[in-house]
This record gives sequence, C-alpha cells and structure tokens, in this order.
Amino acid sequence: MDQVSKNSSEYLINRKDNQYEVVIGLEVHAQVLSESKLFSASATKFGAEPNTQVSLVDAAFPGMLPVINEFCVKQAIKTGIGLNAKINKRSVFDRKNYFYADLPQGYQISQFKDPIVGEGKVILDMPNGQKEIGIERLHLEQDAGKSIHDLDPQNTFVDLNRSGVALMEIVSKPDLRSPDEVSAYIKKLRSIMRYLGTCDGNMQEGSLRADVNVSVRAKGSKEFGTRCEIKNVNSIKFMQMAIEFEANRQVDLIEEGKSIDQETRLFDTKRNETRSMRSKEDAHDYRYFPDPDLLPLEVSDEFINELKNKIPELPDDKKKRFIDEFKLSPYEATILVSDIDTAKYFEEVVAKMGKKKDMKLAVNWITGELFSVLNNKNLEISQSPVSAKNLAILVNLIKNGTISGKIAKTVFELMLNGDKDPQIIVEEKGLKQQSDPKAIEALIDKIINDNREKAIEYKQGKEKLFGFFVGQAMKASGGKANPQLINEILKKKLQ
Amino acid sequence: MSIDLKTIKHISKLSRISVDEKKAEKLADDLNSIFDFIEKLNELKTDKVEPLTSIAETTLKLRPDDIKSKNIREQIIKNSPQDNEDYFVVPKVIE
Amino acid sequence: MSDITKQSLTELVDNIKNKKLSSLDVTKAFIERSEKSKELNVYITNDFTSALDKAKKFDQKPNLNLKLPGIPMAVKDLFCTKDVKTTAGSKILNNFVPTYESTVTENIWNEGAILLGKLNCDEFAMGSSNETSFFGNVQNPIDKDLVPGGSSGGSASAVAGQLTPITIGTDTGGSIRQPASFTGTVGLKPTYGSCSRYGIVAFASSLDQAGPMAQNVKDCALLQEVISTYDSKDSTSVDFKRNQYSKELTNNINGKKIGIPKEYRVDGMPKEIEDLWQKGIQYVKDCGAETIDISLPHTSYALPTYYIVAPAEASSNLARYDGVKYGFRAKGENLIDMYEKTRSEGFGAEVQRRIMIGTYVLSSGYYDAYYLKAQKVRKLIKNDFDEAYKKVDAILTPSTPSSAFKIGEKTNDPVSMYLNDIFTVPVNLAGLPGISIPAGHDSKGYPLGLQIIGKAFDEQNILNIAYAIEEKIDFKNKITDWWIK
Repeated sequence: MDQVSKNSSEYLINRKDNQYEVVIGLEVHAQVLSESKLFSASATKFGAEPNTQVSLVDAAFPGMLPVINEFCVKQAIKTGIGLNAKINKRSVFDRKNYFYADLPQGYQISQFKDPIVGEGKVILDMPNGQKEIGIERLHLEQDAGKSIHDLDPQNTFVDLNRSGVALMEIVSKPDLRSPDEVSAYIKKLRSIMRYLGTCDGNMQEGSLRADVNVSVRAKGSKEFGTRCEIKNVNSIKFMQMAIEFEANRQVDLIEEGKSIDQETRLFDTKRNETRSMRSKEDAHDYRYFPDPDLLPLEVSDEFINELKNKIPELPDDKKKRFIDEFKLSPYEATILVSDIDTAKYFEEVVAKMGKKKDMKLAVNWITGELFSVLNNKNLEISQSPVSAKNLAILVNLIKNGTISGKIAKTVFELMLNGDKDPQIIVEEKGLKQQSDPKAIEALIDKIINDNREKAIEYKQGKEKLFGFFVGQAMKASGGKANPQLINEILKKKLQ
Repeated sequence: MSIDLKTIKHISKLSRISVDEKKAEKLADDLNSIFDFIEKLNELKTDKVEPLTSIAETTLKLRPDDIKSKNIREQIIKNSPQDNEDYFVVPKVIE
Repeated sequence: MSDITKQSLTELVDNIKNKKLSSLDVTKAFIERSEKSKELNVYITNDFTSALDKAKKFDQKPNLNLKLPGIPMAVKDLFCTKDVKTTAGSKILNNFVPTYESTVTENIWNEGAILLGKLNCDEFAMGSSNETSFFGNVQNPIDKDLVPGGSSGGSASAVAGQLTPITIGTDTGGSIRQPASFTGTVGLKPTYGSCSRYGIVAFASSLDQAGPMAQNVKDCALLQEVISTYDSKDSTSVDFKRNQYSKELTNNINGKKIGIPKEYRVDGMPKEIEDLWQKGIQYVKDCGAETIDISLPHTSYALPTYYIVAPAEASSNLARYDGVKYGFRAKGENLIDMYEKTRSEGFGAEVQRRIMIGTYVLSSGYYDAYYLKAQKVRKLIKNDFDEAYKKVDAILTPSTPSSAFKIGEKTNDPVSMYLNDIFTVPVNLAGLPGISIPAGHDSKGYPLGLQIIGKAFDEQNILNIAYAIEEKIDFKNKITDWWIK
C-alpha cells in the first residue's frame, strides 16, 4: 500500500488520493583537517589511546583559556570559497551552554549569530540533470569528547581525545527533495572538501556526520510542513533510510489527521526507525552568548584573497575541463572527478600516455578493470596495486597493437602482483601480439583445411560460423594473434 | 515582574543545581529583590546602541597549527573524583 | 634589624639586595607572624615548609638582580599554583591541586619571590565581605569582627596585618579596591588586558583582572611592573608597551587635569565620605593638578548592568565544576543526579544565587531584555568615560560609599551588599585601570579610600597621582595587633 514513486526526478510518497513531497535540509558536521585542535595545541589524530590527546584546555581546568588555531580558520574560509559562499570578514564565537559528561567546559564554543561563512551553493549532478542546493552558512565549532556506555554496567566512561577538535558545521537550505539527492549532496560536499584538503570525509571515523531535517507537504504546496531533526547520522545509507522512515511516519500522521511535533529524533539503525528524544529537548535552552574569553574574529580582504589564490581546481571545473580537453562524456567526467584521488590517478595516466593517447581506452580501463579490482579488494584508489604510470603503459601497449585487449587482461592480472611494468611481463611471458599477416595467413589456411565442411557451410550462408573460425585461429595462436588481422584474412579466405 | 517558583525550578534545572522547596522560596525572594533593582535599566532607551561585545582593546590573535601538548593523561586524570587510569568515570547516563 | 614585617616591600628588597637581610630572615619573620595570626583566618592553605626551603635555597645562590629577590609572598587562592591546593574559596575545589601555574604568579616567582600560601577570598570571588568563603570569615586587622571587604579579603587583611609584604588579588567589580579601602591598603586594578587571566579561576571573563595590593603606592607600582606582561595564552591579553612603573614613578603631577564626576555623589552617602572626597580634591590641587567637574551620566546604571553581565558570564564559567574531571563530587544515582547534588552541595548560597541570575538572564526569551540590554548600557557607560577623557587625564572618586561593616551585618540583604561596589563597578565595565589609596579614617577610626581612575593602559599616570597625594595624606593605619595574644 505504501508506495514511493521514483519516476524520473520526483520522489513522492503516495497515499490513496494524496501525493506528498519530502523537504530535507542537512546540517553536516565536518571535522577540519588540522594537526592541532581549534582552541588548544593538542593532537587530533584518530584512534589514539583514551585521554592521551587532551590538554588542560580541552579538559576545562580552572583558569584555562581558548586560543584560536589560524589554520582551522583558513580551512573554514577555503571550504567557504569551495561552496561559492560569502566569507564574513567579522565573525563571533559564542558559547552554547549545556551539561554533558563529555562536554568538559559545560559549553561548546560555536558560532551562532555571526558565522565565518554565509550563503553559498553546490551543484548536484542528478541523472535527470543538474540541481543547485543552497548553503545557508558554515561555522566553526568545537567537537565534544566521547561517552562510552557499554564498558561497565553501572558507569559511563569518558574519553576527551575529541574534545576541542575543530568542526565545520555546514547548513544547507531546505532544498533537498529525495534520499538520492541527499546522497549526491553529501558526496559532493565530501568531494569538494577532499579537493580542498579541508576534511578527509571519512565517515567511518566520524569525520563527516549530519543532522537531517525532514518535513513533508502535499505535492505542489508552497508551505513548509513541521520538521523533525534526526540527530547525528553517520552514513549516507542510514541518512537515506532515516529519511524514508521519517517521511512515511509524518505522512501517516497527516493522513490520520494528527499533527507533527517539531522535535529532535534519533535514528535506530538496528530497528530502522526514528525515535523521539523529547526528554532531552525539554532541558535544552542553550543560552548562547558571545564567548568573553575570545574576541570577534576579523579577517582582512588580503587574508581571504591569499586563500582564494591557492584554491585548487575543484570538481565542477575539472569536469568541464575533462569534457573540453579530453573529449570525455559528461558521465565519464563525473565519475572521474567525483573523488580527488581518482581524478589525480586519471590525470597521471593521461600524462604518462604521452602524445598518442587513447583517452576512451584509458577511461574504460580505469572505470572498468581497475575499479572492479579496487572494489573486490576493498581498496581506495590511492592504495591501487597498479600505478598510474604502469596502467598508462598498458593502455599504450593495447593502443599501438603490441598486445590485444584480451591479452591485456592477462597482463593486468599479473601487474596486480607488485605493480610490475607491463612491457616486462609481455616480454617475459612472450605475450606479444602476432601481427605478421603471412604467419596468420598460414595459420588460417591450416584451420580452413582442417575444417573444410564448416567452411562450405559458411559459404552457403551459415554466417554464424565466422565466430568459430576466429576462435580457432585465436586458439591456434595462443591468443596472441591480432584479432583485426584474423578478421580481415578470414573474410578474404572464406569468400 | 516577578520570578515564581516554577521559574526557579526551571533555571535550577538548566544550571544543574538541585533546589528543594525551602531553597526555591528563598531564591525567589532574593532574585525578585535583585531584579527589582536591575529593572532600573528599563529607564534607558537603547534601541540604537550597539552592544559592547568585547572590552579588550585588541584584535583576536591566531596561533599556528602546532602540536604542543603531549600525552599528559596522568595529569589530566590525577584530580578526578573517579577514574580507571584510562577514562574519567561517571555514573551511568540515563536519558 | 627592627621588626621585619613592618617594612615595606621596597625596604625589604633594598635590605636583601644590600645583604642586610637574608631571604630566610624575611621569610621566617612573616611565617612567625602568620602563625600567631591564625585568628584573622587569612590563609586557606599555607606553604610555609616549602617557603623556608626555597628561602634557604635562594640565600645559597642569591640572584640580586631580580625585582623580588627572595621576597616571601602569599597570594589570593584564585590563582592556580602548581602542586599547591587551589580552592577559589569553594568546597567544590576543596581538594584541587593544579598541575600548572597562572601566568601572573609565574611572573612573580620568576622575579625571585617565594610562595607563602594561598589567601582566603569570597567563593569564586563573588562577594564584598569575604563572608561567602567556604573556609570561613576573614577578620579585618583594623577591628575585631569587622569584614575586610571582598572578594580579595584575605589578601587585604594579610597586607594590612603584615602577614605578607605585598600580595595580589583579582578585581571583577571592585574586589581589589574595596578591600584595600576597608583595610587601609593600596590596591590597583589594571586595565583589562594588562595582566594575563591564564590560570586564574574565572569569575566573569570580560571583567576579571589581577592586580597588586600593597602597603604603599611604590610597592604597588613595583609589583604591577612584574605581573603585567603580554601572554599569548590569553586571547584578551593586550600587547602594548608597558612602563617600568616603579622606576618611572614620580610625584610630579603638575598640570594634570583631574575629573570630579558629580554622579558619584549618591543618596545617603555618609558625610565622612563626602568630606574625604573634598580633602582628596584639595590634595590633588596642592600637588599642582587642576580639577574639572565632569559628568558620567550613566553611573547609576552600572551596578544593575554589572549584576547581569557578571552572573551571566559566571553561570557559564562555573559550568565546568560538575564533579567529572576534578574537585568535589556528591554521590548520585545517575549522571544528572550527580551533577545536581554536586553543584548544590559544592557551591555556597551566593554562588548559586549568581548562577541562577546568570542562567535566567541568558535563557530563551530573556536574553534581549537583560543580557543584550546590559551589553548596550555597558557601551553607554564606556562612552561616558571616553567623553570624559577628552577633557581630563584621570578621575578622582571615593573608593566605597562607606567604611568597613561588621561581619553578618549585610548577609541577609544581597542588594545592600552589592551597593558596596557602586563606585568600583563602572571601572570594570569600561575596562579601565583604577587604584584605591587610603586617605583617612571615619569616626570609628576605620580607614577610607580614594579611587583614581585612569585612561586605558595609563597605569603610570594614576600611580603617579596616587604617589603624589599619598605623600600629602600621610596616612597611618591603626593596627593594634588585637588578635595576637
């Protein structure tokens, strides 16, 4: 009965006669890539022993004061530039007051009224075209520590290693309309930040997580519905599941004539449902006020321009260039630019292929053979067992006819072991393509002679048999014969 | 204006200070007399005044991104009411 | 050598430098007198054994180029001192031993001084009589059962009672100047940003400043020279060119223009205070300065503003005392129960009161009406001073609207207690330097102080004015040693 129509662009929830649209806004928390914390000089490395990366400031000892990390400020501004956003020359740090075991100060230093980055936008490549998603703001804030509830039946353990690590909170406008758009949006943000080197985007390690605001409304309505905020979801899959569940829950309430409470909810990944956290909501009145231990953060035009000049080519520009310069299809370009390491790999392959390059072939090898190997072995492209240089050589060997595409696959298998130079493999294993027409002619003559009956059948019109002859010839050459030559000679001989 | 017991209960909850009836009544009295005195500010029209956000006559200085604090877990944990050498230990969190 | 503890800091430094006294002689003398003065209850923690060791060590290899060579000194228990218990006068920090040192005390030890111990104060510096301390009332050496003022009450009594040659306090709304006035001593609150706040238990971050408390202006200038440094660990520390305050000290204030603000003449102010003020005006004139009547129109709004800003900041600054990382923890069934009991049992009544006020003025729906309003009025108060300083170099006022009162006299009326700070609070709100110097006695023989307020970073000027009129006043503190049996 519950149906979700996914025709072309629209994601709608259908009930009897009614269709509902889902409105989604995200607050993404991205950990800033930096050596030390936002307001203290302790390390930010993931996975350290508990409480070994905690300074007196991070543990909020009496009399300890925050001093801001310049690099984190630059990272936030760079990200703002990457999001085509307005950089605010004056921003203010506020205290967000609440009590929790892993919040040592009893407040989080964040930015409330005056964030460092204002409105911006990102472009999503959806199957049915591009979509622009508005960015409301980006602000800097401190992360909290970690409470561990499952190591002891009576007690909670507190690890403050994360306490004080810099986060960027990126708030989108309520422009997202489907789980797929949410997925594309997160991937795009992640991609931009990885290009900029401002966040590693590692969701397993919690470097990227999001609060998801969901509301529904009748299709065509301009008013927003009452929204619920699903807190701290740490994978794209869970975000999508949470949105599906939550949107359907809200629609059901409306259908039953009930109202939706604006509230904070939690996504239970085991039961695949969202649950109210209302008990927590009641106690929350964050009492924001400007942190008197800090002054307003002021940055000059010069400071911003210097960062602007150092912004690398970002995915959208790179995609455009790949299409223009390398004549890739938009689809191919999108795949290759989506991750900075893939783009780097591809560009290195292109560079190493030299003047006579076959771009199509290179793209196919990367997105085909290489991706499937990485996928099977669960590796990032930066950990690829085959270097860009050797892949470029392999592609060139195919392109100049030294080996066939089929042999290339064999060679590629052998390359996986120790990133061996394909030329050496071809040499050692004697895999060079047989391209001497005379030798192939002799070979084919023998095959036709051995299969005279089939040759007659072919000539009488059983054209399917052509493939049989090709296979025999290939087999006889040990797979090394140039398939194009085989085709040509066979056709001639079987006329 | 008057601060009632309900308000006292609310702010005591926000500030995580337990307050019994007797204490709440005393606090309500004290706060009311203090706020009577504070209300004097309403005599002033301040619509066009920029609030003072910082009194320090300087600009915010930025520090380089260097790690200076090493592992000082022992120092960090030393004063804690309860720990297990690795973690701070607190009574179970009940939501 | 005549009674060592009666000597000023400057005299002691000279005598040590001239090898007439050793650090051990001096340290021993102050320890002995302190031991005999337990009734004053100035110490929360003494560090006498360690002080004697340090004095001996100093004498073995004395570095006489230092500014405070081998000088023993007790400090307010709001400064974190490495390996010495630091309580802020609170039960909630009753067992807290810092592993670090505040910048201000670090500066002092770097110039050769030796820690005697930690001095009593109002809990988290919230109070005007030292009666909010978890460690009991402090006696004013002037008279039995007289408050020493607060919050730096232990510091003021220790200097007045000659238990330390000099000391440091902190001043958020008058906590150095008011007790100095009540005990016949000199107290300087420097410009906001002059002394680092690193390692000082915070009360209200935008108002707190550490400063010297001394027997005379020259000693005060010397200590200010030591403690005022730029500190990159405090984002509100200001990097300005600091004077050599004691070396540059002069009694020549000829031609200086001194403002007399009419708004400091408040209803119900005792005639003795008015008379003292008039005397002060005459003294500065006698010194060749000119007095000019000025107006600081928003003066009467300062105290209400202060009682929004300071509690608001305090409510947040004191959130870290939650029984998790350090300090007192009450037993609780769960985390929230533990928090509520810890903070209810760990904080005293006045601190709880201020946390509640602060929480209220910041809470949803009240922020604009209170906190934002106060920040705007604070701006108006600062503008008043900016205007005045276009015409004058400094401002002269009484330090307090009355002399010291009896212990228990005002404890049941918070507002009348708060009114003590009526002349000192505007200075903190505007971030300016202010000094209180003893200028006379009331009919009961209790000391009264005059306050000189300066332009931002113009400590040298107010020290000079204070130095000039100090000579004219020739104040003698009436200390009878009544507490020594």
